[in-house]
Amino acid sequence: MHNVAYHRIERIAGSVITLRAEGVANQELAQVTSSFGTSLARVIRIDGDMVDLQVFAGARGISTDSEVRFLGEPMKVPYSEALLGRVFNGAGKPRDNGPEVDGERITIGGPSVNPAKRIIPKTMVRTGIPMIDVFNTLVVSQKLPIFSIAGEPYNELLARIALQAEVDVIVLGGMGLKHDDYLYLKDFLEKNGALNRTVMFMHTASDPIVECLLVPDASLAVAEKFATEGKNVLVLLTDMTNFADAMKEIAITMEQIPSNRGYPGDLYSQLASRYEKAVDFEGSGSITILAVTTMPGDDVTHPVPDNTGYITEGQFYLRKGRIEPFGSLSRLKQQVNGKTRSDHRTIMNTMIQLYASYKETLEKQSMGFNMSNWDQKLLKYGQRFEKEMMDLSVNIPLEKALDLGWEILADCFAPEETGIPTKMINEYWPKKG
Amino acid sequence: MASIGKIIGVNGNLIRVKFESAVSQNEVAYAKLTQKNKDGKSEVIPLKSEVIRIRGDYAELQVFEDTTGLKTGDEVEFTGELLSVELGPGLLTQVFDGLQNPLPKLAEECGFFLQRGKYLKALPRDKKWAFTPVAKAGDVVVAGDTLGTVPEGVFTHRIMVPFRLLGKWTVESVSAAGEFTVETVVAKLKNAHGETQDVTMVQTWPVKMPIKAYEERLRPSKPLTMQQRIIDTFFPVMQGGTFCTPGPFGAGKTVLQQLMSRYADVDIVILAACGERAGEVVETLREFPELIDPRTGKSLMERTLIICNTSSMPVAAREASVYTGVTLAEYYRQMGLNVLLLADSTSRWAQALREMSGRLEEIPGEEAFPAYLESVIAAFYERGGVVRLKDGSTGSVTICGSVSPAGGNFEEPVTQATLKVVGAFLGLSRERSDQRRFPAIHPLDSWSKYEGIIDSKKVAEARHILANGVDVNNMMKVVGEEGTSIDDFVIYLKSEYLDAVYLQQDAYNEIDAACSAERQKYVFDKVYTILKTPMKFSEKDVARTFFLKLTQSTKDWNRVKFDSQEFKDLEQSIFASVKEVSANA
Repeated sequence: MHNVAYHRIERIAGSVITLRAEGVANQELAQVTSSFGTSLARVIRIDGDMVDLQVFAGARGISTDSEVRFLGEPMKVPYSEALLGRVFNGAGKPRDNGPEVDGERITIGGPSVNPAKRIIPKTMVRTGIPMIDVFNTLVVSQKLPIFSIAGEPYNELLARIALQAEVDVIVLGGMGLKHDDYLYLKDFLEKNGALNRTVMFMHTASDPIVECLLVPDASLAVAEKFATEGKNVLVLLTDMTNFADAMKEIAITMEQIPSNRGYPGDLYSQLASRYEKAVDFEGSGSITILAVTTMPGDDVTHPVPDNTGYITEGQFYLRKGRIEPFGSLSRLKQQVNGKTRSDHRTIMNTMIQLYASYKETLEKQSMGFNMSNWDQKLLKYGQRFEKEMMDLSVNIPLEKALDLGWEILADCFAPEETGIPTKMINEYWPKKG
Repeated sequence: MASIGKIIGVNGNLIRVKFESAVSQNEVAYAKLTQKNKDGKSEVIPLKSEVIRIRGDYAELQVFEDTTGLKTGDEVEFTGELLSVELGPGLLTQVFDGLQNPLPKLAEECGFFLQRGKYLKALPRDKKWAFTPVAKAGDVVVAGDTLGTVPEGVFTHRIMVPFRLLGKWTVESVSAAGEFTVETVVAKLKNAHGETQDVTMVQTWPVKMPIKAYEERLRPSKPLTMQQRIIDTFFPVMQGGTFCTPGPFGAGKTVLQQLMSRYADVDIVILAACGERAGEVVETLREFPELIDPRTGKSLMERTLIICNTSSMPVAAREASVYTGVTLAEYYRQMGLNVLLLADSTSRWAQALREMSGRLEEIPGEEAFPAYLESVIAAFYERGGVVRLKDGSTGSVTICGSVSPAGGNFEEPVTQATLKVVGAFLGLSRERSDQRRFPAIHPLDSWSKYEGIIDSKKVAEARHILANGVDVNNMMKVVGEEGTSIDDFVIYLKSEYLDAVYLQQDAYNEIDAACSAERQKYVFDKVYTILKTPMKFSEKDVARTFFLKLTQSTKDWNRVKFDSQEFKDLEQSIFASVKEVSANA
């Protein structure tokens, strides 16, 4: 429809260019060609005949007479089974030197799911990590962030979950990743033979910032398509704080009024529209989302983790290489942990309560108070719990983890000291000898 | 004559439109989006929008849908109507989006996803209702007067003179009893100027205007019990009152709202899920039809109406959803019913205002919220209240707004603006929820200006004990248990006891989840007696063990049926053990 090429760019700021054009639609794609190459761009604001375009590759090198050609359709990514095992950038171009994928082209950032078509989640996702499986069970269709700080092994955790989760398809979206991390994730999945059920959309820190914005949308659009075809999809996003920062950067260049610490006023809506893609479709597949959110300065009241916490169904805190039992929460665990094994909830509650007592004892110890007999027991328990349950290297199925829980309890305490109901004790307490 | 305009600018969900003849503020318009359908044919999709600012010969409109694909020159059709909802029988049990589209019906037509530009009628057009006339020919009526009734579930739904009719009207005719659909004319009216008016069972009303077809507003005077001890006893709410539940994420706002929607002593509950998780609405949606309302013996869904604009749905419709909710609440109030509106969360609504304000490039107030935030919030809460209707009966709308303050900090603008206008503040605390003390309402920070079911002097004393307990606990953290006197230690234990057995309530226990007003009066009296009993212990460990046991047995007491034999037995053993340690013995 517009086979017109425009050659006069009026304004260039950050990655946004402005030109005069007629008949352009909101969110329409355009192709921008400069002496440094060709990039896609999308329309983000129209004011009379002035059109603002966000250039995916950034505006660096674009000159006032660069060519702009509108393509007459919004941003789309290709979809077919051939996506599996492939790596793309945020704009949907292969970054693994492979060929372009043919297939149905699907619009990204599609409409919301009708709440009437959702069902109450009921299936657990097994990860082999006791701190998740036993204490904060991950549930199909859940959206959960991993709150962490720079330096923590969150990508390693994601990679392990990706490997062990029993799902049909994994979609991995990387935003602002270090190139090393990108290679680590890719190699890890490849080495362990999970690459053939994985689609990756990767944006590294050196890539243009606009592509970072596209990663979650592209990942979720593909995931949604797989899910409507009956597949159970796990979407892993790392790191959503980089995504929010990319939004901030662009909002500021667009001269939008910032609301909180420079973030745009619609941060909540923007994050929510991504996370809410997590769904269990009535009579079809599902999307489960795990997303890393790094907390600048370990501050959970920072706008990104704060808004995320209001959106997601719980959170995992990753601190000192372990998933913290306090603060971590899976809001949906009640839906599934009653149906796994009859001692699941008992072990979950008892072990955490005793661990809390252990923490109090540690405090007393550090203040130089006397350690009673009970304190000594708690100290022994706490150390075993941290080493054998909390450590991220522990990899055992739920049932084994529950058995281990009983064994640790029996090793450290007498049955009546645990506060476990007598019925449970009779059934599960390990017999000596 | 409705005006026609052309789009001259698009910025997010804000469009700028050049118009020809007159347009009015807050008028609804449809932006005509042209797009290709699956077969490659182009089709026109109308996107609902609302005028929010007029300058010279162009108007700015917020679009209630995604604006992808709109371009300059696209046509906009103004309707001359304000954003309105349909009122009539058949609203209850339904699930609407913010613009009153029935979601299950949309799902039937469009499948998994919400298609933009698809608008359905809120009320079923084919369903027949058993009409019984009340007015008769010759009666003189005004807006809000009852012409007839239809049964809607357990309620008698009044078919009223449309609220927008001004002045006095004479009834020309009323249909005889019979079964009619909502669009059937059931009465004809005539006024002094000779104008005539056909009345059907459905009328429309603009959501942003309060319905005022009543005689007068009264002061709230009847307590509204939620069967939650900490609310009903310590921070009571009244029918027709307003209150808010601010809290950081994970503090249990939503669980609390779900408990209130189940157990509140009102006729109708309207849930306005505004910008929150879809999953929570789904739980209500799937569970309520299975639950039995003890008041009526029917399913809980029969008294419930859900407005659902989840966080991923278009932002502008989020703002509309709270108004849609309160308008429907006011409609049922006109029938002499008591309605509870639960809005979760008003912060998301305020954020929607902020987003629009930013796009309009208005001068921002605190945290970039618009300067008119306070007056908008105040006006919303003021739509609650008890009213005396023209026939002498009373009805009420109670509003509960949950607030999600950024970082859990109550100093932020939305919480502060809300606190100014509500009658009770139930502040949820991260500290208490981390300690698994539910409901996590902070017993010292919260307040209520309403009179409750229990003598306020005794309640004040109980709060005093809680405050003392906190003081002792803080002191103990410095000087250790060793440095605390046994009297102080007992005060601390008593406050912990009150907290554990009365403030906390187990939402997952069948019996403890709901504690009736009668039971609260009884139990509070007993607990109060225990708290006032002077006690003597030889050493701290003995005191601690005693209170641990007492707490355990009182909790058991909470979990058995009121007035059962077991209840009486437990009570006796509790008081026997208290007697043993009493200093007066």
